[in-house]
Amino acid sequence: MIRLEPRLLRPKWLSVAVPVGSIVVALVLGAILITVSGNSALDTYGRILDVAFGSVQSWSDTIVAATPLLLTGLAAAAAFKMGLFNIGGQGQFVMGAIAASGVGLALPDVTGFVSIPLMIAAGMLAGGLWAAIPGFFKTRFGTNEVITTLMLNYVAANVAGYLIFGSMSFWRLTTGSGQVFPQGRPLSDEAVWPAFGGGGLEIPLGFILGCMAAACLWALYRYTRFGFEIGVVSDSPEAARYAGINVPRTGLAVMTLSGALAGLGGASDIGDIRHVLDPKGLGQTGYGYTGIVVAALARWNPLAVIPLSILLGALANAGRALQGATFPAGLVGTLQGLLLFCAVSGEFLTRYRVRVGHKRPLSAAELEAQAA
Amino acid sequence: MATAETGAGAPVPGGRPSNAADASGPASARAGGVPAVSMRGVTKRFVGVVANDHVDLEVAPGEVHALLGENGAGKSTLSNVLTGLYRPDEGTIRLFGQEVSFSSPRDAIAAGVAMVHQHFRLVTKFTVAENFLLGSGGAYDAKTAAQRIRELGEEYGLPVDPDANVWELSVGEQQRVEILKALDRRARILILDEPTAVLTPQEADALFATMRRMADDGRSVIFISHKLQEVMKVSDRVTTLRDGKTVGTVVTAETTSAELARQMVGRSVVFSADDTADRPEVDPDRVVLDVRGLSAEGVRPQSSPKGVDLQVHAGEIVAICGVSGNGQRELAAAIYGIRRRTAGTVAIDGVQSRQKGPRESTALGLAFIPEDRLRTGLSPSLPIHANLALKGYRRPPLSRGPFLDGRAIRARAEELVRRYGIKTPSIDTPTRVLSGGNVQKVLLAREIGSDPHILIASTPTRGLDVGAIETVRHLLMDAARAGTGVLLITEDLDEAMALAHRIVVMFEGRVVGEFPRGHYDIERIGLLMGGHTGDREGAA
Repeated sequence: MIRLEPRLLRPKWLSVAVPVGSIVVALVLGAILITVSGNSALDTYGRILDVAFGSVQSWSDTIVAATPLLLTGLAAAAAFKMGLFNIGGQGQFVMGAIAASGVGLALPDVTGFVSIPLMIAAGMLAGGLWAAIPGFFKTRFGTNEVITTLMLNYVAANVAGYLIFGSMSFWRLTTGSGQVFPQGRPLSDEAVWPAFGGGGLEIPLGFILGCMAAACLWALYRYTRFGFEIGVVSDSPEAARYAGINVPRTGLAVMTLSGALAGLGGASDIGDIRHVLDPKGLGQTGYGYTGIVVAALARWNPLAVIPLSILLGALANAGRALQGATFPAGLVGTLQGLLLFCAVSGEFLTRYRVRVGHKRPLSAAELEAQAA
Repeated sequence: MATAETGAGAPVPGGRPSNAADASGPASARAGGVPAVSMRGVTKRFVGVVANDHVDLEVAPGEVHALLGENGAGKSTLSNVLTGLYRPDEGTIRLFGQEVSFSSPRDAIAAGVAMVHQHFRLVTKFTVAENFLLGSGGAYDAKTAAQRIRELGEEYGLPVDPDANVWELSVGEQQRVEILKALDRRARILILDEPTAVLTPQEADALFATMRRMADDGRSVIFISHKLQEVMKVSDRVTTLRDGKTVGTVVTAETTSAELARQMVGRSVVFSADDTADRPEVDPDRVVLDVRGLSAEGVRPQSSPKGVDLQVHAGEIVAICGVSGNGQRELAAAIYGIRRRTAGTVAIDGVQSRQKGPRESTALGLAFIPEDRLRTGLSPSLPIHANLALKGYRRPPLSRGPFLDGRAIRARAEELVRRYGIKTPSIDTPTRVLSGGNVQKVLLAREIGSDPHILIASTPTRGLDVGAIETVRHLLMDAARAGTGVLLITEDLDEAMALAHRIVVMFEGRVVGEFPRGHYDIERIGLLMGGHTGDREGAA
């Protein structure tokens, strides 16, 4: 007989033990799958580790892969922490990419010191506004944000597709190979974002911005009135209303902030990585969704999002590099799914305690018999 | 049904005195020695707390057994163990001599244990009959359910209209629905958790008659309460808990309320608000709360305040009495500004409120202790220091511009915890893990600590133990003594009479009566609360 009891207090050690435990359990389950598929789990994991962290170049690739996940992870963490289920990180990411590439393309000859901040601002603005739409409907009419944010992902994907494949838009390349295969116009060199580091290690600007954003978010929660209000609203909207906090406005602000972070991710995807608006590529990577996994593992803590985005970035990086006959296809996606599953189960364990009992309860009939 | 062995005489409707004699011929004798409930050495621990420490409880069939104790004494934990919500760490539970171990409330229901909670488990948008269908395991269709409700209602004196929507019912009627549900499930052991908290005196008497009838039917009724008069009035035996331990079980007819109080608290407690020398002095020239013609929307039509006029002076305690759901809650919310006023004005210490909401009210010097303290008044999972800053965090010294001053917030919290004697491991403890009395102290510390002109306190002692009630009442008196006007909303007439300079009675959103100190008439106040005008006699 197994039963669950709610925990009165959540011990501190659980907030570390649960994510670590979730990752371990996911890796074990993954190992079983790999073994079943006829490969050596140890060998596979060894190769993943090697490709992800084995050299300076691997580290650079891993961090590049982690950059969009860091930003979409922060976006999800900001919203989910307040109980706003922003599933729309993907769409906000795409809108951020559209806006940032638009600005980048419009200012090909302007120095990067001007055009890059403008790209960042445009990406954040577009992502923020895209999230503000469902945020408005949620806070004003109580519309379910899971559905609206999810639907807007498809709208955003179609907008991006239309710009490149469905029209002769400003974003579309109309010369050279662009006349044969529809594709986006590449950024000028000025508008390409710089990378930092040394000794072969390259850290993209987007990753640095993401780390700064994580620190700002953490400080916001801890040191500001607005952060205090977010804390009250997430814990008890009734108490917030009672204390004179404008609950809808706070929710809308958080939703917009969440979208802006995802939009920054889209801008970084253009400036740091692709340098071109690529609707198909954006759709396939699904950064917005993986960001939710990152945030869930980080238990909505913005600082914890940084290492976890690197972990999932490593996985994605290794998955790309190792694709082939001897590497199970879809393993990376499966591992991501297992991680999310384990993180959510783990979250459950922080709330409940599992008790194992043994006695079978009596049925009413037996009791009646006893009583007679 | 276990009626065979009870063999008690004909039902004595509401007849306490005759039954008291009956019960003293020990109730267990009536059961031929097999108790309906026998809990032995039940121990339940939570992190750092032993909620039940080797508790013994024995209840005979056909008996009304009171479970008396302060909040935090372990009554709720014990009943949660008995209803299968918690599994005890130690100890045994026997029902009719047979050891049981429940894994879930469902097992307990199947074994005939039912509980009527303080907060009802009803779907308010459904009709009574539909609520009846829920969880009945598909035994009925709507028509037979309605039929069954009428039958049971007639049998036990619990009339309810099966076709009424639950939200249209008064609290007393909703409670009847809960009891009927328990009866329908052939509950042989019925636990009532503080059932009179929401009732008028007359409704409470009707409930006691029903409890007696159920006991006469051979059922065991466990009556959880901390109100001594009620326990004395209705129970056959009383088991008292204190600090998670059983103090003892006594036959009601052989004890006194003073003795029970001593058992419950561990010392003698007398709250002496009648000490006239000590009564706060009213400043008749300074009206700190002036409400004129106030109307607001209600949760239900009956509970919308309709043209309420009300003045509270500095140092004065005015009690609003009424059965819950007659507009008191909405009135308080409308004055405070979290419920929209549809007409009327509110002035605080001579300054008109412009209906801008809680921030404005707070700035004008209005403090408010809402009914639902742990979810509305406080943010349950946030630490105590954050809750103590919940109203002041926007202004210096607790913040500078958009930034909080963490050090000032903590210093203020430390000071309030000390000044108001809040018992907590630290100011970082989540507020929800504190006991009811300490939760209320956190709220009072914040609200009174802001030196308001007027304090609205909505049922500030409900659900608290005797010791905490005493503390809260003293804090309210102290606030009045310091010149704050206090508007006390309460359902406890004893409390109103002990504290208030004036009692105002509300029914269906209107002020229906006002009594100055010295002219308190409990009978008339009770009738007015129940919607009867004073001239009609004794109906209930």
